Amino acid sequence: MARKILRINMTDLTATYEDIPEKWAKWAGRGLTSAIVFDEVDPTCHPLGPNNKLVIAPGWVSGTPAAPSSGRTSFGGKSPLTGTIKESNSGGLSSQKIAKLGIAAIILEGQPKDGKWYYLFINKDGVKFEDATDLLGKGMEEVDRIMWERYEHKPAVIGIGPVGERLAANAGISVNDPENNPGRYAGRGGLGAVMGARHVKAIVVDDKGGPGVEIKNMDLFKKGRKKLTNAIMTHDLTKKGGGLNAYGTDVLMNIINEAGGLPTRNFSSGQFEGAAKISGEMIAEMVEKRKAGMTGHACHPGCIIQCSNIYPGPDGRIIASPIEYETAFALGANCGIDDLDFVAKMTKACNDLGLDTIEMGNTIAVAMEGGLLEFGDKEGALALFDEIAKGTPLGRVLSNGVEATAKVFGVHRTPTVKGQSMPAYEPRAIKGIGFTYATSTMGADHTSGYTIAPEIAGVGGKVDPLTYEGKAELSLAFQATTAFIDSTGYCLFIAFPILDIQEGFEGMVESVAGVMGWDISANDVVEIGKEILKMERLFNERAGFTNLDDRLPEFMRYEPLPPHNVVWDVPDEELDKVYAWVHES
Amino acid sequence: MQVEVRVFATLRRYLPELGIGEAKKVEVPAGTTFAELRDLLGLPADEVKIIMRNGLQVEPEDVVQDGDRIAYIPATGGG
Ligand code: SF4
Repeated sequence: MARKILRINMTDLTATYEDIPEKWAKWAGRGLTSAIVFDEVDPTCHPLGPNNKLVIAPGWVSGTPAAPSSGRTSFGGKSPLTGTIKESNSGGLSSQKIAKLGIAAIILEGQPKDGKWYYLFINKDGVKFEDATDLLGKGMEEVDRIMWERYEHKPAVIGIGPVGERLAANAGISVNDPENNPGRYAGRGGLGAVMGARHVKAIVVDDKGGPGVEIKNMDLFKKGRKKLTNAIMTHDLTKKGGGLNAYGTDVLMNIINEAGGLPTRNFSSGQFEGAAKISGEMIAEMVEKRKAGMTGHACHPGCIIQCSNIYPGPDGRIIASPIEYETAFALGANCGIDDLDFVAKMTKACNDLGLDTIEMGNTIAVAMEGGLLEFGDKEGALALFDEIAKGTPLGRVLSNGVEATAKVFGVHRTPTVKGQSMPAYEPRAIKGIGFTYATSTMGADHTSGYTIAPEIAGVGGKVDPLTYEGKAELSLAFQATTAFIDSTGYCLFIAFPILDIQEGFEGMVESVAGVMGWDISANDVVEIGKEILKMERLFNERAGFTNLDDRLPEFMRYEPLPPHNVVWDVPDEELDKVYAWVHES
Repeated sequence: MQVEVRVFATLRRYLPELGIGEAKKVEVPAGTTFAELRDLLGLPADEVKIIMRNGLQVEPEDVVQDGDRIAYIPATGGG
């Protein structure tokens, strides 16, 4: 059965299954969310107004049998945080279930005329619009629990917490994991507020009895799947017991710290003396010592890398899942906090209230610099979440992210690009990632062009992190390849093995070609990725962005970053090279 | 001369006496290479992907200097 577009109109409360138009037929995942937003959303619209849309799309291979680590969902729209186009990508249960219902994308548009709140239940029989009044104000832990009580077959629950209901610019979208924890997030860019502006509290998806995913060339798909699986299972980072599996993404904490690139105390240092205490090794030690929780957790069925974890408290009770490197950096090092239990408690609050942990941690760091509390004040930091939960004026400021908070507290050191704050890699010490932060269509984002792989990890080659020569090309190559991978439904972490093992890269492409019935090879990946980047870039241009927005914050040009004592010395012309091709062809 | 060495993640099992992030002080003769120091510590060559000296990457055949802060790092990544 050919894939359908499910259009849900909240103004009329109608749901229609449309044939996928030719212009979108080749896309899935990020390629599809960006194509739909590009075609249907006015770039000058207000992100919270009636004309923005939320688009949800599984990847090309999501929902196919045993494609490894392929349960990623793309969420797209115009971002309330950045004003740019946005694709935010999450694990959890949603991708495979949406795909198995034969749905290429869900387009959520309009706003209820009566101002009421709804939740949606989607299964093989269609869409039900249900009254969400009783769910309002509830955190995602409770919403997930309620939905699993109300519905059988352990459905996917896509939802927003109270922060999303209040349309805050740092509201993320939660997806439940196989244990029905709310910790998988399309966190970045405030898409939770775009969902909230449609007055949709949750979308529950049950795929039981769905038609499944059509695979056009099964032999090719199987051949590709095997090569990819082999690459993942043999690479030292992604194999069983390898770095990601044993320690999670927080395996990076000590290493980025060693490299002098760990943003600390609101991006004032590249090294944190407490890094070891909030590292992946410490997570593993706590799991072992407290005899509870786990490492090597899968965020969705069929992930063979299993980088996720469940973190236990001193009493053996679970605090939160997962503790990521990004979480531990933002709520830990960047706030001067070296206590993993507190990082976990704040993570739990973020997951329940519906906040992106990166933006939230950076926001607390900016508030610390602005004098609201001291760096390292973990009790004070945790107490801020009560303000957010209650929706006090302070809480509402904080839930609008770094730039809003920096303005309120008179802080000029704002580590943002296009309104979104930087993740866990200091661009002064790791220049290539600075190119990505500056030029990405998403605002400061590491996943959109992860040059850390060759700059620090020695994956996909080795380059010097402190120099900028060749980094424009490197960042573009990573951004384009990533746009492709974000469309596959595969987790971006397959990039590590397939950048080192060519067979795996071919396998990834063949598995996609098998599903879609295409004749493409590894050589086509960058060009297909660039088509996606071009749509995103043009959307941003039409929204008013120029190359002058592709810049890092001023303080990074004159404040040397210890321990290497380096500034951001990259000439603007180098940054402008990254997207020069958009108007050249 | 003396240097301090850290090992991370999956390499920690070869120096189990060290706490997380803790450094081992090692006496080495002048002219020792990072590869020789690695072998001296019993770290398998095929598990060491990156070597850092004072936060900057070096090659196995480079020579250790007095007072270096050295890290041996396995395959790593995340996001
Ligand atoms: S590698 Fe980690 S983030 Fe990626 S799909 Fe698996 S568990 Fe989820």
